[in-house]
Amino acid sequence: MENLNSNLAGIGFSDEQRDLLDVATSFCREKSPMEKVRALLDDEAGHDASIWQEIGELGWLAIAIPEEFGGVGLGLAEVVPVAEQMGLHLFATPFISSTLAAQVLVKAGTDEQKQIFLTKIAGGEAATVALIEDSGNWDLGATKVSAAREGDRLALTGTKLLVCDAAAAKFLIVSVILDGAPALVILEQSDLPEGALRRETIVDETKRSYAVTLDGVSVPIDRLLDVDKTKDALAHLQLSGNLLIAAENCGGAMSVIQYTVDYLNTRKQFGKLIGSYQAVKHPTVSAYVNYEKSRSHLYSAAYSFAEQGRGEVATRMAAVQAERAISFAADRSIQFHGGFGFTYDCDAQLFRRRAIFNAALFGDEIYQKRKLAELLL
Amino acid sequence: MSEYSQAELDEYANDADAWFKENTPSDPGFMLPLTFMEVGTDQQFDFLRDWQRKVYEAGFLGAAWPKEYGGGGLHDDFQTAATKAMRKHNGPILPNAIGLNWTGPLLNDIGTHDHKAKYLKGILNAEDIWCQGFSEPENGSDLGNAQLRADRDGDAYVLNGSKIWTTLGNYAKYMILLARTDQNAPNKYAGLSFILTPMKVDGVETQKIRKLTGEYGFTQTFFTDARVPTDGLMGEEGQGWKVAMQTLEYERGARGGQAGGYSMTEPDAFEILKLVRKAQRDGNPVLDDPVVRDQLVDFLIEAQSIDLNNKRGRIPDLVQDHPMALPLMSKLVWTEFAREVNQFAVSMQGSKSAYYVGDPNATDDGIWTRAYLNAFSATIGGGTTQIQHNIVGEHVLGLPKSH
Repeated sequence: MENLNSNLAGIGFSDEQRDLLDVATSFCREKSPMEKVRALLDDEAGHDASIWQEIGELGWLAIAIPEEFGGVGLGLAEVVPVAEQMGLHLFATPFISSTLAAQVLVKAGTDEQKQIFLTKIAGGEAATVALIEDSGNWDLGATKVSAAREGDRLALTGTKLLVCDAAAAKFLIVSVILDGAPALVILEQSDLPEGALRRETIVDETKRSYAVTLDGVSVPIDRLLDVDKTKDALAHLQLSGNLLIAAENCGGAMSVIQYTVDYLNTRKQFGKLIGSYQAVKHPTVSAYVNYEKSRSHLYSAAYSFAEQGRGEVATRMAAVQAERAISFAADRSIQFHGGFGFTYDCDAQLFRRRAIFNAALFGDEIYQKRKLAELLL
Repeated sequence: MSEYSQAELDEYANDADAWFKENTPSDPGFMLPLTFMEVGTDQQFDFLRDWQRKVYEAGFLGAAWPKEYGGGGLHDDFQTAATKAMRKHNGPILPNAIGLNWTGPLLNDIGTHDHKAKYLKGILNAEDIWCQGFSEPENGSDLGNAQLRADRDGDAYVLNGSKIWTTLGNYAKYMILLARTDQNAPNKYAGLSFILTPMKVDGVETQKIRKLTGEYGFTQTFFTDARVPTDGLMGEEGQGWKVAMQTLEYERGARGGQAGGYSMTEPDAFEILKLVRKAQRDGNPVLDDPVVRDQLVDFLIEAQSIDLNNKRGRIPDLVQDHPMALPLMSKLVWTEFAREVNQFAVSMQGSKSAYYVGDPNATDDGIWTRAYLNAFSATIGGGTTQIQHNIVGEHVLGLPKSH
């Protein structure tokens, strides 16, 4: 009981969060209208390079990077409103990937690595993290990809999957096993031989993801992050990923609910707007109630993210609630659009697919709830 | 009072904490109701009425109501602090719920000076118990179709008809009544008026209703040529629907001004953890069952949702898109949660779930089963869960009205 109460977080909202929410709300609405999202589905890069540059210039990649490395010196709490608004507009960019790469560097980079690589991200360069393997293990230390010391170099073996934005990234941070323990290594795009990246066919067509074959790749030893800090960095990365994915899902949930409501307010059957039928109205309200709960959890997780214990509980709860919110809302949206809902042209499918893909990255609802049971029961 | 110093508030909060610590009654030796809708015996009623009077006289109820009408004249933050202390020390519920939470705020907001002078203090000290006469046997969710007649005769209304689900009806001195004053109004709503009605007059009779738990707590109230004064009219004749809707907003927590304290114990997911830590099903500790663990986590997440929704509702920048959404969905969310968590608690007891209140083998004296059955009072009363879905759908999402 004592334990439980002290593990449950409160909620708050900073001036910086509010300012970023305001800016992100209008920027994302303007830069990622649905026609644009649709147009990018077939685009190889999957995002607009000039808009990505604008995002760099806005300083959003620098939000959670310390000032000494060119950052703004805030935390992930302030990144959350930006990720939420991007999710609301299915705004595809390497923003989350790059922010996560920066978080790993903040936690476990050497001073020199921070100086070089954090500064790059803060300046607007894309980066990503390569974590998942064929085993699908979401516990990030359980990697099979290995690194072996060869003189003053590290030789890598194995394949990483579901590496988001790997083609756009100027560098990747890869989890490996080195000397029998988890370690993290920075790879520059130029370290990868031709053919190392295979674009994966993924359920979310707004995103870009790659299998990265590392056999034969070798990097200088100074690309190894601080081994003593790796365990903490991986734990931080697990939660950071969940927090930002929750933000994206929460925004997506609101968006697909609004999309549904707009249809229910215009489509008529049997002479009445279909929104007047309770069989349709009530589940739509349930979806909306889920979303509001999800937003409360999201901003509680953002607020408490840095707190030991509470931060993890709040983040995993936020992840569960956000996945549920977007999944249910999008599922019902497809259904309530009737025949149109079954077509590629109905936007509901984009959100449903987004939710499925996002759940694969840092642990789905079932996984989070098992972790929460360990933490709370 | 709008200005106060932190030191004043701290001192008040400390006093409240000390007072509730000292004065919160220990187990009276009989089962206390968890909500004001479950007061089934005179023994329970007398006990709770005494308790409310003590809390009021100590200065921890109605602290933010106007001083000239019996309140404390303080900022609402003081009452919030007192209520927090009451909850911390697990004080019993305050029984005069309809007075404290709905009628009082309504009187403060739109009542006349005479109304306030006559009624507010009696609400606070529990001298005057209030009940609500909205639902009728044939008109529950369709409240606007209420048919009880109020015919003006000089300075009196003559009442004929009946109201149902009157909580505390047999103890009440006054009722907030929704009655039809105009049989020929252009639509069903325009014929309604809202009348503060004395209960202890000729022609008003209450009959207890036995609930699904086997206990009492509600009455049906019959009006037969009952004469009540017209000065009890709230708003104008024909504005009853509007006043009733405002009253429901207090009831659902969508509008403030309540006297403070609480008249229902909040569903507590943490209490269920105590139960599951000791409960056995099928010969094994329930906490060893991964399915149970999964469900428990769901309840903890939901309990946090409710708490965080309440807290987020007080951060304007985080509710900009739909400012009224969280208050309007609050009743829907917590009443369904209470029902579900109690239902879950029943199933956690395995073979012991067969027992009911009164059997020596009943887990925790059977309170979980009783609480589950009683939980329907909240998912049905005050607008059913289904009506709440309509409200959120229409008033927040802007969906068309259902027919």
